[in-house]
Amino acid sequence: MDFGPYLFLAFLEGTVTAAVLALTAVGLSLVFGVMRIVNVAHGEFFMLGAVFAWWCTSLISGYPALGFLAALIVAPLLVGAIAMVSERLILKRLNYNPEGTIVATIALLYIIQQLALIGYGPDARPVEAPITFRIVFPWFGYAGYKLVVVAAAAALLLATWFVLTRTRLGLLMRATQYDRETALAFAIPVDRVYAIVFAVGAMLAAVAAVLIVPIQQAHYLMGNDPLLLSFIVVIIGGLGSIKGTVVAAIVIGMSDGIISVFMTPTLAKIIATLLVAMVLVWRPQGLFGQTAR
Amino acid sequence: MSVRATAARRNLHRIIVSHGGVIALLFAAQFVIGAYYHLSLTRVMVLATFAVGYNILFGYTGLLSLGHALFFGAGLYGAGIAATQFGVGASGAFVVGIAAGLLLAFALGLIILRTAGVAFMIVTMMFAQAGYLLVLYFGTYTRGDEGFVLKGALREAHLFGFSLNLADPVTRYNLALFLLAACVVGCIALVRSPVGRVLVAIRENEERSRMLGYNTFRYKLFALTLSGTICATAGAAYALLFAYVGATFASIEYSILPLLWVLLGGIGTVLGPVVGTLLMFYLVDVASSYTSAYMLVVGIVLLILIVWAPGGLLGTLRERKIGWLP
Repeated sequence: MDFGPYLFLAFLEGTVTAAVLALTAVGLSLVFGVMRIVNVAHGEFFMLGAVFAWWCTSLISGYPALGFLAALIVAPLLVGAIAMVSERLILKRLNYNPEGTIVATIALLYIIQQLALIGYGPDARPVEAPITFRIVFPWFGYAGYKLVVVAAAAALLLATWFVLTRTRLGLLMRATQYDRETALAFAIPVDRVYAIVFAVGAMLAAVAAVLIVPIQQAHYLMGNDPLLLSFIVVIIGGLGSIKGTVVAAIVIGMSDGIISVFMTPTLAKIIATLLVAMVLVWRPQGLFGQTAR
Repeated sequence: MSVRATAARRNLHRIIVSHGGVIALLFAAQFVIGAYYHLSLTRVMVLATFAVGYNILFGYTGLLSLGHALFFGAGLYGAGIAATQFGVGASGAFVVGIAAGLLLAFALGLIILRTAGVAFMIVTMMFAQAGYLLVLYFGTYTRGDEGFVLKGALREAHLFGFSLNLADPVTRYNLALFLLAACVVGCIALVRSPVGRVLVAIRENEERSRMLGYNTFRYKLFALTLSGTICATAGAAYALLFAYVGATFASIEYSILPLLWVLLGGIGTVLGPVVGTLLMFYLVDVASSYTSAYMLVVGIVLLILIVWAPGGLLGTLRERKIGWLP
């Protein structure tokens, strides 16, 4: 295959990665932005989404499209419920203390991951794609489902943006993010906003996982990589800035495909990790973020 | 003699008796317990040294690092690679391991201490992750996840004309005990010294300490370097005593574990990390005989501690009963 088509393939793969990454990272960014807490268990909500998707499709066997549609609704709802319960039971008790919540979400990470190991087992299991058509380019065929993933992710991101900027709920979220005390003084139920934001953040990760699981297979350790990548994206994009997060996700998702052509994945990860650490040391507000008030 | 001086002297007596008592108890334990617990107690004592080192930064200086596996790993690989690749012998390898941790902690401290709070936690985690990935990347020397073993002449340490057989359980136990005791004594001396007081002051209120004229950056750098060096010492000792070096010890799990041990035993207490390591080790030991998902126990205990008992065992005890505990 020539270089041109090869680059085109890398571009397509990069777009898929970027779309899913943007969804996951926006969830993390939303939680950080509004609640000012770092959710280390975010990757596990992603994993739970994939595992529940497998569970849904295996219940409704024979009709992959139907099972997948059910998964697309049921898995995020279940994950959102789990997230909301843990927010009420744990994070609220810690009074959203930034350091305490990191330790608590680490604990949550282990608990969810190990429960998945007990309940779901150590195997990676495939989920059938709801549609099977292939797009035939002159040089290679490409799974049409992957483009559906991109479209769905874009639609969901638009919906998130719409909710945040055009609805009352979004207004409450933004008010809480801007100034918690004043929001409380204006009788905004900050407490409830926090619970909703944490659940929505987890649901975004879960829905991203449901979309990707027909390509990737469900496994109890699959949350680690999305967590690391989302961290990178959120930090580069500016902590708490949704717009920055989406831009960074596209840049990093796209370059991920291209970098992996030139370097071994381990070396690429090392360089990315060190770069992000350096960004945090010298520009803690992120590359595109504004200085914290 | 004034009342305060008498009280101070009484407290010193109590500290010497209680901490000396724990060390004496650990010494006596080797004559009572069976071979299995003998080995695991040796392991616990080396890991407890790791926890004591972690506690200097976390408990006394108030800096929560999520990347101390990096320093443990530096000691482990520093010693392991020096021993197998450069043939410096066991005692030489021990020194190399400690030096590796010291240099790394100092150099890294210059960079990462520019951050604080949540950013510090993430930056330390990122550097530790980079360190872990480096271990995997240089798989030709480190043999990655599989790790390598030290054998033959490397199981003998020569020091001042003495020769120690590191494969012998009794020697191993007492070396580990000596290491732990030295670190506990050093830690008591540190926290009772003026420097230790400044570290605690930084933990309580960094702004105010700076206003009082202390160069807090320099004190934090000292604490990080000391903490990293002790953790590397524990790592080097682990490599030499148990003759195995593997990537697991540099992974994120070994950054979380010392945090857990310290939280369980009691933040900012000298013996807390020792108690925490001992309890957690046996808890995991028991859990792993029932299920392969033993990390579940780690998560649950961590959660209970952070939500209901942030002071840990000895921290709570100090608050309620024994205020003199260092």
